[in-house]
This record gives sequence, C-alpha cells and structure tokens, in this order.
Amino acid sequence: MSEPIRFIFRGRRQELRGVSVQRTVLEWLREDARQTGTKEGCAEGDCGACTVVLAELPGLHTAPTTLAGTRGAQLSVRTVNACIALLPTLDGKALFTVEDLKALAGGGLHPVQQAMVEHHGSQCGFCTPGFVMSLFGVYQTNAQAPSRQALADALAGNLCRCTGYRPILDAGQAMFAPAKVDWDTAGLRAQLEALVRSDTFLYEHDGQRFWAPKSADALAEVFDAHPRARLLAGSTDVGLWVTKKLEALGDVVWVGGVGELKRVERSAERLTIGAAVALEDAYAALTALVPQLREYWLRFASPPIRHAGTLVGNVANGSPIGDSAPVLMALGAELALRKGSRRRTLRLDEFYVGYMKNRLEPGEWIEALSVPLPSPAWRFVAFKWSKRFDSDISAVAAGLAVKVEQGVVAEARLAFGGLAATVRRAAHAEAALVGQPWQEGAVRAAMAALTQDFNPLSDLRASDAARREVAANFLLKLWLQTRDQAPLSPAALSVWAART
Amino acid sequence: MTSHAKPTEAGPVLHVPVPHESAHLHVSGEATYTDDVAELSGTLHAALGLSSKAHAKVTRLDLEPVRAAPGVVGVFTAKDLPGRNDCGPVVQDDPILADGLVQFVGQPLFVVVATSHLLARKAARLAIVEYQDLPAVLTVQDAFEKGLAVIPPMRMVRGDAASALAKAPHLLEGEFVNGGQEHFYLEGQVATAALEENGGVWVHCSTQHPTEMQHHVAHALNVPSNQVHVECRRMGGGFGGKESQSGLFACVAALCAWKLKAPVKLRADRDDDFLITGKRHDFWTTFKLGYDESGRVLGAEATLVSKAGFSADLSGPVMSRALCHFDSGYALNDVRLTGFCAKTNTQSNTAFRGFGGPQGALAMEVAIDTIARRLGVDALDVRYRNLYGDQTGRFTPYGQEVPGDVLPRLLRQLEERSGYRARRAAIVTFNQGSAYLKKGLALTPVKFGISFNATHFNQAGALVHVYTDGSVLVNHGGTEMGQGLFTKVAQVVAHELGVPLAWVRSTATDTSKVANTSATAASSGSDLNGKAAQAAARAVRDRLVEFLAKREGVGAEVIRFEGGLVHVGPKALPFREVVGAAYHARVQLWSDGYYATPKIHWNRETLQGRPFFYFAYGAAVSEVLIDTLTGETRLLRADLLHEAGRSLNPAIDLGQIEGAFVQGVGWLTSEELVWNSASGKLLTHSPSTYKIPTANDCPLELNVALFDDANPEDTIHRSKAVGEPPFLLAFSAFLAIRDAVAATGPARCAPKLDAPATPEAVLRALAALRLMPR
Repeated sequence: MSEPIRFIFRGRRQELRGVSVQRTVLEWLREDARQTGTKEGCAEGDCGACTVVLAELPGLHTAPTTLAGTRGAQLSVRTVNACIALLPTLDGKALFTVEDLKALAGGGLHPVQQAMVEHHGSQCGFCTPGFVMSLFGVYQTNAQAPSRQALADALAGNLCRCTGYRPILDAGQAMFAPAKVDWDTAGLRAQLEALVRSDTFLYEHDGQRFWAPKSADALAEVFDAHPRARLLAGSTDVGLWVTKKLEALGDVVWVGGVGELKRVERSAERLTIGAAVALEDAYAALTALVPQLREYWLRFASPPIRHAGTLVGNVANGSPIGDSAPVLMALGAELALRKGSRRRTLRLDEFYVGYMKNRLEPGEWIEALSVPLPSPAWRFVAFKWSKRFDSDISAVAAGLAVKVEQGVVAEARLAFGGLAATVRRAAHAEAALVGQPWQEGAVRAAMAALTQDFNPLSDLRASDAARREVAANFLLKLWLQTRDQAPLSPAALSVWAART
Repeated sequence: MTSHAKPTEAGPVLHVPVPHESAHLHVSGEATYTDDVAELSGTLHAALGLSSKAHAKVTRLDLEPVRAAPGVVGVFTAKDLPGRNDCGPVVQDDPILADGLVQFVGQPLFVVVATSHLLARKAARLAIVEYQDLPAVLTVQDAFEKGLAVIPPMRMVRGDAASALAKAPHLLEGEFVNGGQEHFYLEGQVATAALEENGGVWVHCSTQHPTEMQHHVAHALNVPSNQVHVECRRMGGGFGGKESQSGLFACVAALCAWKLKAPVKLRADRDDDFLITGKRHDFWTTFKLGYDESGRVLGAEATLVSKAGFSADLSGPVMSRALCHFDSGYALNDVRLTGFCAKTNTQSNTAFRGFGGPQGALAMEVAIDTIARRLGVDALDVRYRNLYGDQTGRFTPYGQEVPGDVLPRLLRQLEERSGYRARRAAIVTFNQGSAYLKKGLALTPVKFGISFNATHFNQAGALVHVYTDGSVLVNHGGTEMGQGLFTKVAQVVAHELGVPLAWVRSTATDTSKVANTSATAASSGSDLNGKAAQAAARAVRDRLVEFLAKREGVGAEVIRFEGGLVHVGPKALPFREVVGAAYHARVQLWSDGYYATPKIHWNRETLQGRPFFYFAYGAAVSEVLIDTLTGETRLLRADLLHEAGRSLNPAIDLGQIEGAFVQGVGWLTSEELVWNSASGKLLTHSPSTYKIPTANDCPLELNVALFDDANPEDTIHRSKAVGEPPFLLAFSAFLAIRDAVAATGPARCAPKLDAPATPEAVLRALAALRLMPR
C-alpha cells in the first residue's frame, strides 16, 4: 500500500502524497514549498546552483561523515544536486537548504555565510546558495580549514561566472576562524530514527510506483516480479531523462534504501563494492588500494554527483564514455549478478555487448562489483582526457595495466572509453605487448596497433585523429611512468600532478 | 593584494571595500530574482517551440497536438502579435516568433502556455512541423565568400597603409580565428508579465536594458510606451547576454499575458537558452603588418569578419568596437581596417563583455607575438616599442588622441613586481630539462575605450528620495547584474548626503521611475548612473544647505554633511532632524539627477571621432604548463595589475578584475562552441558539454592589484570603469600557452594556435611544429 514520503525539513517532519514519483527535489522546493533560495541553473547536475545537503543516519555499513553535533550524535551529511534528485528518495532523510543556515547559527549569518560576505564571495549571487551549501558540507565534515586545493576540489561541482573563485576559496578558509557553530544533532537524530522503515517503502502516484526495498532479498524479489521497472540508484543520469528528455520512467525500484548494498568489503583476495555504494566511497576504497587512481577520481564528475551516484550504477548504465569501466576493466573487475535468488558472476570486460547494451537479463541486476587486490607485478595507470579538469565528460579515458615478470609483459589489460560504442579492451595493442620485453619498442608497437583496435568518432568533444593520438600517448605515459629504468614521476608527465 | 581599511558606520563611504549591497541576501537565499518573485494568483507558464532546421520554409505547423496536451491554456504564433514581430535592437530583422521562415536551429516558432512549467515544456515538443530546406550557411568563411552580411561592411582608415606596407623591411601576413563564447549567466533568461488596469502591462524581466524591453513590448502589443512597465531588481549575471537578447522573452511573456489576461512566466530551460540566444562573436581576422628590425609596426591592413548569426542584433556596434580596439595599445599610423559582419544560419550573436574589443585586440597581440618570435626577441620588448607615445604616435586609427603614459608605466611596474625577466630565464631552463611538459610565459597590455560608441547612449538619470525620518532611497536607470553598480551608486549618494551607507536603500530598476534609460553595458554603469545619482543627491543637499543657511543665519560654506550629521559651523545637527525641519518648511526632499558624458562625438559613416571619454588600462602576466602528449594546459600563476582610477570600491573592482580575467581565460581555453557541420545544431548546449572554468581553473597563485592613478577626466570621484577592460587580461594566458608550444619547435617559430586553446587545438599546434624543419 502506498505510503507518504517522509522526511525532515525546516526542523519538522514532512509527509507528502499526491506528487509525482518523478518530481525533483528542486521542483518541490521552488514550486510547491515556495522556498526559492535554492536555484535552478541547468537542471542536469552540472552547475551546482541547486546544491542542498542531505543528512541521514549513518547506516550499518556506512561511516558517519560529519564532525558536527558533538553534543548529539553523528550523522552522514552530504551535498547533492536537488535538480536531479527525485523526491521519493528523500524518504527517511533530512533536507537542508540555504534558508536553514541562519537558524542553525542561532538567527544571524552562519560562519559560512559571514565569510562569504566578508570576502566578497558573491557578485550576482545566483550561484551563491549552492556554494554556501557546498561550503557548509565542508564546514561540517572538517575540523579545520582544508587546503586551498582541497577546497577547490570540494567546490568542483559549483560554477560561478562572476568572481573567478578566488574570494570563494578565501571564504572557505576563513569560515573556520570564528568559534565553530555547534550543531546539536541529537534532536535531528531522534527525528530520523522515527522515520526508519523496516520493510519496503512503496510510494504510488497516478499509477506509477516507487519501491524502496530495505534488503537485497526484497530488492531481488520486487525486481524479479516487476522486471520492466526502472532500477534506480543515484539518478545522476536517469534524472536527466526526467528533466531534459521529459520521459516517463514507469515503475521505479530504488537501490538506495538497501543498507547491505552500501557495503565495501575487503577480503584477502578481493575488494567488493555493493550496488548502492556511492561513487565517492567506492573511489575512496579503490584509491586506497591503487593510489594512482587519485587524479582520476577527482576528475570523475563533482562531489555532489559522486555523493548521489553509485559505482555500480555507472557500470550498469554502460555509457561508452562512462569513466569507471576503463579503470575497473584494467583492474580485472568482476560483476556479481542476481535475478531473484539466482546469482552468477561475469567479468566486466564481457559485460557490454553494444552501445548501451549489456548481458543483464530482464529482472537481473548487479548486486556487487569486485576487483582482485593488486599484486606488485601489475603496473597500473589511469588517465582521462577532456577539455576541463573538473567534471567533464571524457573524450578518451583509459585504465592501463601490464603485468611484468622478469622484464617481460606477461599480461596486459588496456581498456579505453570514448573510442568505441562501448568501453572495451584493446586486443591488438595488448597482443603487441604480451610476451615482449617491457621496453619502448614494444610500447611503440602497441601504440601503432591501437589503430586496429579502435575507429573513434569525431564529435563535440574531440576529433577521431586527436582521440587516436591521445590514446596512443596514454600508452607511452604508462611506459614512461612504469619502465624499470628511470621511470618518470607523475610530476614530469602531468600538468595536474602538482595539485593532487 | 591591495589592502584597504574596513569601513565603519561613521567612516568614509567612498573608496572603501564595502560588501555588495545584497551580499547578505545572496548568502542566505533571500535575494529575489525574477523567478523567485512571489507569483500572482493564477500565474501560468510558457514554453517555446523551437525550429529543428537551420534554414527552411515552414510548410506545415500543426499545433493541434500542443493545444490538446494536458494543462495547456493557449498556443500562440507570430500571427497572434497585435503589433510588430520584431525585437531587433538596431535593425528590424529579428522576429520574436518565426513567421514561415526559420533561420537557425533553435529559433522559436510558437509559444505554449500551460498550468505548469513542466506541462508547458512537454506540450511544446508535440508540434508537427514540416519544412522545405533552404541552403544553410554555417561558417563565417562560407558567408564571407558568398558575400552574405547582416549590415554593410565598415572601413576605418588612417594614413596610407598600402605604401607603408610596400616600404616596410618585413611583412607579416597571417590570420587568426577565435571562437565565440556562451555567456552562461547562472540565471537563465526569464520574464513574467501581467496586465495592469486600463491596458497596462507589467513585465518583470531579467534584463540589462529595461527601456528597450519596454519599447519592444510596446511595439509588439501595439500600445504606447506609457502602458508598459518593466522592472528588474537584479539579474543572476548578464555579461551582455541580457542587453538585447532578453527582448524575445519579455515580448513573448507579454504577448501571452495580453492574450490570456493572466500572469504568465516564461523561463527558458538551460538547453533552450543555449539554443535560442546569441553569444560572443567568433572572429576570423586576416592581416598584413609591415615592420622593421626593432619590431616597430609601420603599416597595417586587416579584415575582421565576425559571425553575426542570422540577424544584425548588435553586430554592427560590436564590429565598430572591434575595429576601435585592433590597435590594442599600439600606435598604428598607417592603417586600413575592414569589418564584415557575416550572416550565418546560427544564433544571432550579441553583446558580451568587451563587445568586440577582445576579438579586435587579440588578433593584434597574436601578430605582435609572431613578429617578436620572427625577430627572436622577447614579445614584451616589441610591445614597449609600439606603445602609444610621443615617439610612436598619439592618435588611434579612429582619430582619438591617447594622452599620458599610463600604459608604459603600468607595464614597467608589472614587469618588475612579477619578476618577468627572471621567470623568463627560469622557464627556458625548465623547458630544457623537461621532455614532455613545457612552460610558457606572457605579459600583455590592455587599453580599453570607455563610453558607448554611439554618443546618444551616454546619458543617465536617477532619483533620490530623502524621507522625513532621514532614510534615503535611490533609483536610477542602471541595472544590477552582480557588478556592484547598486553598491557604488549607494556609496555616492551616502557620501553626498553625509549619511551612513546603511541609510541608503536601492530599489529595482523600473521604467516608470527613470525614463529613457540606456542599457547597463559598455562598462559605463557607475560612470553614468553614479554621476546622475550624485546630481540628484546634490540637488537635495543644496536645498538643505539653503534652508539651513537661512534658518541659522550662516553662509553656505560652513555647512558640512558627514556621518549622519549636519555640521553648521561648530554645531552638529542630526541629519534626520534637519530633514524633518526642512519638510515642515516645505523644502523638496527628493530630486532627479541627469548626466550626459561630455567631450565625445562619433561619425558612424567615417568611423572617426572621439568615441571614448577616456581609456582604461591594465596588464597581466600568465605562466602556464602544458602537456605535449595530451595538449592539456594549466595556468600556474597570474599577476594582474589593472587601473580603476580612484576606485569607488576596491573590493568590487578587484572582483571585477579577477572575475573578468578568469572568464576570459575560459573563453580562450576550455570554452568551445561546436555546431553540427551538417544540421547546424549547436551541440554544446549545456554545462555538461560547454565547459566554463571551475575553482580549479583559478590559478593557485593569483596576484591582483589596482594601479592607483586618479582619472584625469572628471568622472565620478575620478574613478574608472572596470566591467569589461580586465577581460582582455586573459590574453596573457593564451599567449603563454603559445609560448609553451613554441618551446617545442625550432628557433624563431611562431605556432599556429587558434582560440580556444583546447587540448586538441594545442595538440594540432604541436603537430604542425613537428613538421617544421629544424
């Protein structure tokens, strides 16, 4: 039976019925609640004017992220883009917008806001509520001012067209100077605990259903029973089908309510990432294993998108320009698939069969993804090529790994995105390497062989020729960085190295 | 960073870094933009139906499916306009709604009004449109070859270029192409319209030009201007994109409200905004420069071709300014310039910060850079060699004198404080030791003419009301788009009346208050409106002085207004008591003020005169790092030195300088507009595909300073305009990339690098150098 969507807003419990399953949080805020502080700049999660903060109980499997509320309990506090978040996914959470901050600070401007005023961080002011909320996220999750670089990375999802950012970065550091505003979260925690559901949440409007199961078994069951339903995770892509394509999604099964799917587990052999693990947490775990991934992680979307979107969702979506698949293929990822109670595993490099097509059967879904723990024999790099460092879609992305034994390439996994209808490995280039000494000659041969592997398109992001050139140069960089004699440091090979 | 004293309640209100008057509202979400204004009961929502063809006759427009869609209340086309179907700011060639002929992909064909924004957008996609294709011209080169232009070509001539070129020891022939730029104001185009009694129409619109909106709406509805009332409290960014281009949205909203007799809001989705509205002009410039061994330019000929798009919009004035800035900071005594505004089947390009100035000057700076490379000398020395001065010449190609020596002094100071020469040497060393990454460095000057080229726009009006409690309200014709105009004008008024800034309130720009205003554009906002508001405040103050002098039996010269007090000799009276008493004595406590810029004149036929009241100057040094394997670039450090005269508000002016610089860097690096070469559809129509700078693109080391020098002209408190000129500081970043690319080539090579210097463009330039003989 349909139940209302329940969440905490302005300190009170909201219970919503009679609104579309597809209504975005931003539409609800601006049009229904007439709370117009949160702005729409693009309605696709790329400008950050709609940034809001969601607070929730840290689940069984997710660590709390906030240092706030030392008098109360810890919470998970994260920024998301309200413009592509669907209203039913708020169920069980607390929504904070720019209008909440004065109240949290006791009526006057919050230190975040005060610092923005004093450092002239706003000009036209339209992006400002989004920046304030991103800075508020930083404020709540850091004990002291982060470095300027860390702040810039935290603000990668907020566009400002007026200031040139310097005053906003100044404000982000200065906001830690005054006495910290103590957010008493005890009351909020109690409110959130009262919203916890043990069984599947079903919300229905106008014949469209939204299921939020609470266990993997329940999810498997409902999706098996309704295989035509849309499986939804972070809505960072599906949200655009709603706001841009104006599509009807049909019934929706949401994975974000399943605590056990938010698990990241590390065994002696593998790292396993559940279906509902946010990109931010997944990349944190992967980067802990493979530190070379750090730059790539930062270039993947923006913090609010990484907070909402999931790694498994990015893989399942299957876009040829999805950034996760190349690195995961290079790392030898496997997928744990499930349909009802039936489970099987599939290697990621066997998963895609065509443009936006994969081997999932109706009612089947990816329960988890795992990668083997890297052995020292593997040499790994990941590169992305786009017009802008932050939050851009790759023209070429690459995850490149070679296993070198006694100076000879024993195995190679060279996976590329942006060069074909799917992310896939470069069979010819790999063949050119395997069995050869890990030396420049073999690398040059592999670079040449790439032309047999890919026949890329020219589009708004790059020409086919430039894509080929860069893909080949990525192989050269792999070698330069991992050769036995005088390997080059990232600082000698990347203009971004000094920053990360 | 220049440090300035913090303002205090009783302290000075001018030349101090007070925060933006709305800063506390911006940060709390309490600042209301057009879409935030409380909706009138029964407000309906409109969406536009767009052309999918670049150039075609519309053979069938079936709107029945649109009318039948859920929530739809009305559907209107050009035929429903009671008046003129045009929103062109200069030439009447800009239909509000296409009438049988579409001229670019994205051109609005009809409007649908529904009970919600979403239902209107859904319905707008249901029209059945059939077209008969016509030949589409999509590139500036194609249009130029076919002789297609939106206005006749322009010519600016001084001296004898042909013989100077013939006599010059060296000749440089070249071309330079720069891309356009989407404004990407964070707040998209939006207008709400509602009817007032007796045939009145109220339009709340995000616009830099309320008066023009008023005129367009009046013509579209066929009513006199006094029936149309346009209001704008603030914009979420404008940058030129809401000067003329807000017209379509204002007119369509007004049409819908007029037809339905209900309030109607039209807010464009971001993608639609990209597809409908014009952008900064792409330019294709070909040039011939004659020069000598020292790098002195002896003669110049150039043809500047801009991509105007399908209609004239502001392309003519943009080209005038481009021609007026081709000299950059250099004396060209024998010069012949041609401007051609090419007509293409794309969005109608429009004003954008700098208004053609950046495009004109960048071509010259690239040419100067090339001359220096050919001669094997530092480009900065060639720049010094050519700056306006007694040795080189003092008259621009349009005949205006360039007085003084601000630019050479400013350049020397920046060269010094940025350590330019030592860093140049360090970079040479770095590049010798770095195989794959290369560094580059460039120092470029800015000279920018201040005033609208069209003399008659250089006027402004203001109203200052002093209420009997001593609080003050100011209203003027300028609009607030984040640039801090309202703050500066309030500072001027507070200073004039000697009251704390907090006592002065600014209100929405409103055509029913100050009439016949000019666009807030051409960097002129505070120059014009500051002077007008000063005049208004001064008129009130003068009356108070007269009243007090009579009452107290003293001379006017002993009366002083300061810190909320009126000092009459040794006596200090609270301002509010004085105004209260003056009111009872029947003294008028409000006034208008008016200002017209002196000294300027411009001949539109010969392109000669003194179009600019004065010049604003600046310079920048940028240092970049490039990856020769991927073409990626990173701005490591920038040093900006820019003058704002005696700055009215150093914080706001620094904000303008830095913001313009980063926006300019975006234009020249990551911001690339791509159209499908067959269909003519703009492919980069959202922030997912069109990449403006982020916080990580602001250099970690950014040193910004004001070059302190009072304006010799009598501007408002001797300040200088600062909105557009610093945009040109970004040339340094582009030329630093060119410098780094050149480091990979043979000696004296001049890379072929067009703008924007995307990673791919840099790779192309690098590849071309690899083919050159060593």
